[in-house]
Amino acid sequence: MRAKQMLATMSHEIRSPLSGVVSMAEILATTKLDREQRQLLGVMISSGDLVLQLINDILDLSKVIGDVLRIRQILTNLISNAIKFTHEGKVGVKLYVVPEPPFAKEGSQNGSAGSTANQSTTNVPKEETCTSTSQTSSDQRGFHGKKHEDSCQDRSQSERGTPVTNGTIDVTEEQAELPETTVWIRCDVYDTGIGIPENALPTLFKKYMQVSADHARKYGGTGLGLAICKQLVELMGGRLTVSSQVHCGSTFTFILPYKVSLSCDHSDDDLSDMDDHGATDDDATAGFFQFQPRTLGSLFSSNGSSRTQNLLAHNIGYVNSHKINGFSENCYSFPMSNGQTKEMDLVEDACSVAEALEISPEPESSFSHSPDHDNESAICRDEHHHNVVNAENRVSTRDVSSCSETSREVDVKVKITEPQLAAERQERSDSGFQSTLNSSREASNSISKPKILLVEDNKINVMVTRSMMKQLGHTIDVVNNGVEAVRAIQYHSYDLVLMDVCMPVMDGLQTTRLIRSFEETGNWDEAAKAGIEKPSPSSDSLQPDCTPPKRIPIIAMTANALSESADECSANGMDSFISKPVTFQKLKECLEQYLP
Amino acid sequence: MELVQIQRRLVDYTKSLFMEGFLDAQFLQLQQLQDDSNPDFVFEVVSLFFEDFEKLLNELTIALDQPNVDFKKLDSHVHQLKGSSSSIGAQRVKNACIAFRNYCDVQNIEGCLTCLQQVKQECYLVKNKFETLFRLEQQIMASGGSVPTIELGF
Repeated sequence: MRAKQMLATMSHEIRSPLSGVVSMAEILATTKLDREQRQLLGVMISSGDLVLQLINDILDLSKVIGDVLRIRQILTNLISNAIKFTHEGKVGVKLYVVPEPPFAKEGSQNGSAGSTANQSTTNVPKEETCTSTSQTSSDQRGFHGKKHEDSCQDRSQSERGTPVTNGTIDVTEEQAELPETTVWIRCDVYDTGIGIPENALPTLFKKYMQVSADHARKYGGTGLGLAICKQLVELMGGRLTVSSQVHCGSTFTFILPYKVSLSCDHSDDDLSDMDDHGATDDDATAGFFQFQPRTLGSLFSSNGSSRTQNLLAHNIGYVNSHKINGFSENCYSFPMSNGQTKEMDLVEDACSVAEALEISPEPESSFSHSPDHDNESAICRDEHHHNVVNAENRVSTRDVSSCSETSREVDVKVKITEPQLAAERQERSDSGFQSTLNSSREASNSISKPKILLVEDNKINVMVTRSMMKQLGHTIDVVNNGVEAVRAIQYHSYDLVLMDVCMPVMDGLQTTRLIRSFEETGNWDEAAKAGIEKPSPSSDSLQPDCTPPKRIPIIAMTANALSESADECSANGMDSFISKPVTFQKLKECLEQYLP
Repeated sequence: MELVQIQRRLVDYTKSLFMEGFLDAQFLQLQQLQDDSNPDFVFEVVSLFFEDFEKLLNELTIALDQPNVDFKKLDSHVHQLKGSSSSIGAQRVKNACIAFRNYCDVQNIEGCLTCLQQVKQECYLVKNKFETLFRLEQQIMASGGSVPTIELGF
């Protein structure tokens, strides 16, 4: 993946000067040249053109690959989620990529309510279904938790009548041809539980409806889970259906359009209200898995995006350490093919995954869990989905994705917004993922602010700087020398480092060199040589990456001595400097320039 | 004294500190950082500075008293003091430190000793000035007034 990213970057870098060469050659061709010169020039121009063409093709290719890889990524996540939930044998999940369903072609899809109500009743023999929904769910912008909920209740339908393509995640060809295309993904979640009687199916998705009047008494729940799921799915332009047989089990299916954009700049920044899903052939507004980072970001971010993302990455990384059913989390690297956006897309996934982390990781099933075992949906505190799900014994794959993206280097602006989510997290007393929850609690507390590290040994300077930063609206972490700074960076992600140059133990220049070495190589070998222990490969430290670490802006704070000249600072890897004494204005300008 | 008089006195006094070079614009920065959520900020920082310089002056005296003066260490202490004084706007202390460092660079013990005296003097002078300032402020507060913000026309 790195290679591809490098390729893309290099392609950009190469293209400019190359264009220069070719342009000059063309201009030269208009001047007075003798025969021989003209011939030589002709060769130059055609060669140059060829190379330019080649580079353009490479860029295009990497874009396509990026998309493909991203889809593959998403689907892999789905699968890993599925495995996670199915390992207990409670539910089965199936995933398909299917042709466009009839309802989509119909064009008019008005709002959530309506049309699918009728379709909700299908009593066909239990079908097999496949994998993970939760990931898909969690990717839906705006519906993170809910979508999980959604994934719990799932059935097969929607493309009733349309032939189903089984499990082939072969989207490559389709996309490659079109500038933008929609992939329909169907997910079936099924179980072998008590089933749902036919007469209950018509009202299944209605609010507050449960199979029977005393269902709640037996199984708990409020009857809202499915209604919400259905609403969510439909808002996203999909359909949610069920099929069931009493005593045999139920299958819930949802199908959702996933839009793949192959265009250069991801122009669908406009999250366009999900409510707006309706209808439309206008794919841009139809609900689709919103993997454009900006879109999701714009929905969710407040300030301090990257910190969030880093924290999420932290969470994700943490989850990494759990092996589920022998399925070992791989480190997915993002195809960095096309610069930021692609990366962000994937991190988007990661983030949604991380959001998924907020939600109870355990598969819900009324079998294995006691009613008060929490599988609290992180969605709404108001709705006790978990109970609902438990009660109705439906396949509930509310999931914490075991996605293992490390998104350190990506600038996704995602924030887990809903205050309820945060609160929900607090409430959760989930066992297995306790630490994840802890970190997500951290995340929820500190999400919106960029993380700033001040490396300064003078107490007074610390006090003044801290106070200034506070006035600027930032809280900062403080360490007193270079060694501590390195340690801090090993264990946390920072968006900005203010580095005093002259410090005891290890000065700012050396510290910066070590940090840059880590960013370039992905390891802390240089620091180890300088006597700083490498971070332990536990979940405490930032995940050792498959993706290169993000470059942190490091600002030198110099006392203007000769030895701290600007040149030397930049030679050691610093991005800029602030001369002491530090003033409000200097800090402000610095933050404006270097914080996202 | 009446409140208004004390307030005026405070203003004049502060101005004089600037005029005489005891304080520079950095002190204004500190004052800006004082607000309702941080009502004693200046006092706190300056107090910290007092502690800090006492310690450093002590270290410097000891260091210069050694048979083999460790100039690097000396320089490092002076650097600290320079940093602190600079951060709060104690201009004369800072300047004295700069001179001190120059002598450290050339490893001139005599020069260093002289500078140490100079720095000590400036530290205690500015401490005195600050204490007067704070006392005036306290008087104003005690009389129910508020400390006037000083408009300095630099």
